[in-house]
Parts: sequence; C-alpha cells; structure tokens
Amino acid sequence: MADDIVDVLIIGAGASGAAVAWSLADTKMRIVCLEQGGWMKPSEYPSTGRDWEARAMGDYSPSPNRRGRPEDYPINDDASPIKVVNFNGVGGGTVMYTAHWPRLHPSDFRTRSLDGVGDDWPVSYDMLEPYYNQNDRMMGVSGLADDPAYPANAVPQSSRRLMPPLPLGRSGRIWGEAMNKLGWHWWPSDATIATEDYEGRAKCINLGHCTPGCAQGAKASTDITYWPAAIRAGVELRTHCRVKRIVTGDDGMATGVEYFDKDGTLHFQAAHVVVVACNGIGTPRLLLNSASEQHPNGLANSSDQVGRNLMFHPYIQVFGYMDEEVDGNRGPPLNLWSHEFYETDPERDFKRGYMLQISRGNGAVAEAIASHENGRLPWGADHHARFRKLAYRKLNLSVVVDDLPEAHNRVTLDPVLTDSHGIPAPKVDYTIGENSRRMIEHGVERCKTVLHTAGARDIGVQNPIVFSGWHNLGTARMGDDPRSSVVNGWGRSHDVKNLFIVDGSIFVTAGAVNPTSTIQALALYIADQMKQRLDTLFD
Amino acid sequence: MSSTVSFPPPAWGNPELSAVEKRTLAAMCARMIPASEEYKVPGADDALIQADIAKSLGRDATAVHNALAQLETIAGGSLADLPIDQQETACATLRAEAGMDLTLLTRIILQCYYRDDRVMISLGMEPRPPFPKGHELPQGDWSLLDPVRARGKIWREA
Repeated sequence: MADDIVDVLIIGAGASGAAVAWSLADTKMRIVCLEQGGWMKPSEYPSTGRDWEARAMGDYSPSPNRRGRPEDYPINDDASPIKVVNFNGVGGGTVMYTAHWPRLHPSDFRTRSLDGVGDDWPVSYDMLEPYYNQNDRMMGVSGLADDPAYPANAVPQSSRRLMPPLPLGRSGRIWGEAMNKLGWHWWPSDATIATEDYEGRAKCINLGHCTPGCAQGAKASTDITYWPAAIRAGVELRTHCRVKRIVTGDDGMATGVEYFDKDGTLHFQAAHVVVVACNGIGTPRLLLNSASEQHPNGLANSSDQVGRNLMFHPYIQVFGYMDEEVDGNRGPPLNLWSHEFYETDPERDFKRGYMLQISRGNGAVAEAIASHENGRLPWGADHHARFRKLAYRKLNLSVVVDDLPEAHNRVTLDPVLTDSHGIPAPKVDYTIGENSRRMIEHGVERCKTVLHTAGARDIGVQNPIVFSGWHNLGTARMGDDPRSSVVNGWGRSHDVKNLFIVDGSIFVTAGAVNPTSTIQALALYIADQMKQRLDTLFD
Repeated sequence: MSSTVSFPPPAWGNPELSAVEKRTLAAMCARMIPASEEYKVPGADDALIQADIAKSLGRDATAVHNALAQLETIAGGSLADLPIDQQETACATLRAEAGMDLTLLTRIILQCYYRDDRVMISLGMEPRPPFPKGHELPQGDWSLLDPVRARGKIWREA
C-alpha cells in the first residue's frame, strides 16, 4: 500500500523529531512524522498511584527489555556493562528523563584542538547558542542565572525566560555548605521543570517522581511542548507506526520509507526528504536495516561509521547517609550540579573531565531495595531499626564521565533478536575506556571527599550504574570529511543527499552533561540550515 | 495494589501462586521482615501484604516460582513446616545460593511491604500517592552561592 508523497518525512517523535518538525512547519511544506509509540496519558503516570515505585520498575522501567511495551524494541546489550535505557512514544526520551538541562561547554566542541582527543565538531558553541536559547523558551527552563561554569548565563536572565530554580531543600543546603568548605563550584541545576505556570503547564508541586513521566505536567516533554505547536502549524503525526527501512531509488536518493501501521499493515510512504530522529541506538539500527544493493553496508555508511563511536556517559553513583532526614523523594531528583572538574587539567592523568550530578534521594521502596541488595539492610529483627537509619537519609551524587569516541564501541544488528514486527534488533558492544576509568577513579575519590565533608556515613559506590545508558551518542557522527563521518555540518548524509539525521547519534564527542538540550539545539540548527538552503538542499 | 497490565503475556509466567507456594512465601517473609511491636509494624507475612505480593508477580512470575521452588528444595519440603531455627538456616542457604530469581522475589516483597499503610505511617509517611498533593520543600537561601559567584568564571575559552 503506497501513501501520497510528502515533502518531509520525520522518523521519531522524541526530543529532536519534535523540534525539527516544529521548526520546519513554518515552511508550509507537507510534513509527516511516524512514531512507533502512542500519546501518553499523564493521568496514568506512576505517581498517580500507591504503587508508583513498583511501576517505575515495571511498565515504566527505563529499560525497554524490562518494560516490554508493544512499542518497544528489544536491545541485546549483554556485551556492555551499561545497559540501554530509553522510552518510545510521543515525546520519546523526554517523557522519561530527569529534565536535567545543562549545555555542553564551548571546549566540548574542540576537544581535538584543545586536548588532542576525540574530534572537533563542525559546529561551535557560539553557532548553537541561539538555538539553545530558542529551545529553552520552547521547553521552559528553571534555574539561576550567571552560573560561572557557563558563558550562556552571562546573558541577561530575561533573554532565556528563566524560571526560579528548583528548591534547594535540606539536601541542597548540606551539599552547598560542604562544597563551599572545599571551595568547589556548585550551582542549582537548570531543569526543564516549570517552577511557575508556563505556557499552559502547571508549576511543579514536588511529586518527587519526575523521571517516569510527570503527572502534573510541570516537566517538559515534547508531547506537551513542541508537538501541540507543530500540529497546530500543520504537521501530521502518525502514532503506532514503526519504520522498517528507508528505501532508496536508482539515483541513490531516499524515496521514502516502509512502515508498519498499528494494525501491522505494511505501507510505503514516499517523501522528498527523510529526517531520522530515532536516537543513538535506533538511528544506526534503522540505517543498517536499510541496506540495499546500492548500500550493502547499510544506508549512509560508506564511511563505515554508522553504529561506531557509541558514547554513553558512564554514571558512577557515590552515596552516604546523614543522621538527620534529608529530602528523599520529596522533590525532583535533580538538585545541583558541580562543574569543578569539567575541564581538562594537565595535572590529572586523564583528558577532559566530568560533571557531578547531585540528586536528592529515594523513596522508601527504592531505598529498601538498594540497601537490601548492597547488604546494608538485613533480614530479621534488625531490619526495622536499620531501615530507619537509611530511609530519607541518603545523599547521593553521580560522576558523569566525558566518554570519548572509540570505534569499537558500536551498534550492530543482532543476528537473531527481532522486534514484534520481525525487524532485526540492535546489538550493543561497549567497554569503558582507559581515559574514562582514570576519570572515574578521580571522580569517586572527590565524591567521597565531599560526602565526608558533609558529615555522611556508610559511604558506598555503584560503579557504574548499570541501567544508565540514557545518553546514546555518536553512532552517526557529523563531520566535514565523508571518510570519517556520516552527516555533514548541517545534518545531511554525505551519501544520500535528501537524508538528514538530527538526534544524538550525530554528536562528535559526548561532553560530560545530559545531552537533550544540545540534541534539540542541533535539531533546530539543522532545521534552520535546511530552510536557508531549500533551493540547493540536494546539491 | 499493582496496576500493571491485567492480562500478563504468557512469557511472564503463571501469575498465580499455589497454596504450597503461598505458605512457603509467608514463612520466608516472616524471616525476612518480622513484625515489630516497637515500631508498630506488621511483618511481611501479614495477610494483607501477602495478598498484595500474590497479585504483584507481573513480569517476575517465573522468577518467583523458581525461587520458591529452590527454597522448598533446600528445606526438604515445605519451609513453613520446619522449626524457626531451621527456617532461618534454609533462608540463609537460599540467599547464599540463589541469584537473580531471589533478587526479583525480594524486590516484590519490599515493594509491597513499604507501601503498606501501617508501615508508611510508622515511617512518618502519609499513605498516599505523590500526585496530586505533592510535597513541600524549603526553597533555601541562595546567598550560600556567594563564594561560588565571587570566584568567577571557570569555563574554558575555546
């Protein structure tokens, strides 16, 4: 069954697909987005029920392998110490993220020139800054201006429409005082959580369970930010439509895609332009599944870079316990960040650096499970007394490591595993590199130092957090050289000139921060480049 | 209490516990989290909590059946029929030998125990979901950042 040709076909309705759809909508072109999941219902999010913590480990688990919803596809990540986590549906990963909103640093775009590692990006911080700002206005950001870790906050607060920061809370006060004793940088995290009513979104009421969907609507996910605006502007969003492969013609250009609709019927959707927005796992999977006679190694893969250079950001959690109660789950898990160790220091035995992501704490169930499994919570008569020294007393922070690109860390197709439509599933092979290991060692010691300074006891380390593969980056990298990159400096495939990629797979390096703000800024930048080049788009 | 899907796919395993399994589970739960007069909390073998566990097997039904079967093997029959000290020995052996199946079972037990009204009240928590009431948090004093501001820029020119 063939559908009418559309001007632009976007695959994926998550962070980047939504942003590019909204930006391109003002061209008045016919734009269709295919999304394998459906619309979310905030009234069904876990925080509306008494079993909210259990559901975060079940039907709202971040692991698609555990969650197993019909719209999820399985991922073979047995050969990786870090397991892939994601969410599939309108909004994609923004439905199920912490809403942490740091930007990359200017130095992240020039790691080869500055530090001799990774590669330089074909874009710079300055080029992206207007799009970071535009994206901030669309998503709505809370925070505190003038963070000395960033040039961005040097601009007046009003230009970013920054909402007041998330509450410091009891935990934040303890962290801040400890950081000040050490003379370290810290700052309230920028977050896409509305702290005042914003563009139809109600303000945060500290449900404390933001990650698996915000029932209040305070957390920005693209189903409630970009998509309503894009649809009003004429974009068509088709849900429960899973793309099988991108089809190319005799001239090597993309002609459209084959996709299964919600009834399992296979369609061909013709398109003049195809935009891939499936994240750093889904995008290489789709390109590799789109191999053809003309593209035997997968689409857009003459460089052999599709699927390579996977970067995760290893997360290492370090935690301890206070004698007094702290915040626990009584507020957004986000609290503060520290960029004290972000930039390269020649005195250290690694290049680049890491962010410290400082969180609040756990609910009772999460604390009980974590402490039971790490041996802190015993069976028997001592169980209750011990738990009362743990519950709502945890301080935790994570070392978020700048994961450098390495070609052997890659996504391929599993020879056996398939999704419910029979489409080959991705296979992940990944190891933590030596530079990252040294960085982790340094970071863990600094975390212990600040925990001791804060007065915490019973300090523990989880290295790495196993289910922390949120940030799937680098598997279709951008660059000026077609021999070593998949897309050019404005997101167009070197090989297929009407094929664009706009998600985290085009990252050249990972930085050491949550990537969503940069993913969306890049998507807006690429959309703007497309609009400026409409007459010569395929030249 | 669980609101996961009503009709679990067969791959999750049988969602029902047999009468023997229920007795074994209750005996194990009593060893894991006993009732406490001091804290005014039931044990995890409490009938309401057991009922919650029994209907919350979900994705882990197969693991639960496996763990309970392993425990019965270790106990040489029904755990519940053994004297307390032998029950504790059997549970200790299970914990030493069992892998992910027991981990998944204990997660369900803890999920159900720590959402029980009586337990939550004992911990000083309101027995309610987070939404719609939310929580109060102190906004805090941002002058705590003055030393950070005074230090100035730390980002690197590129």
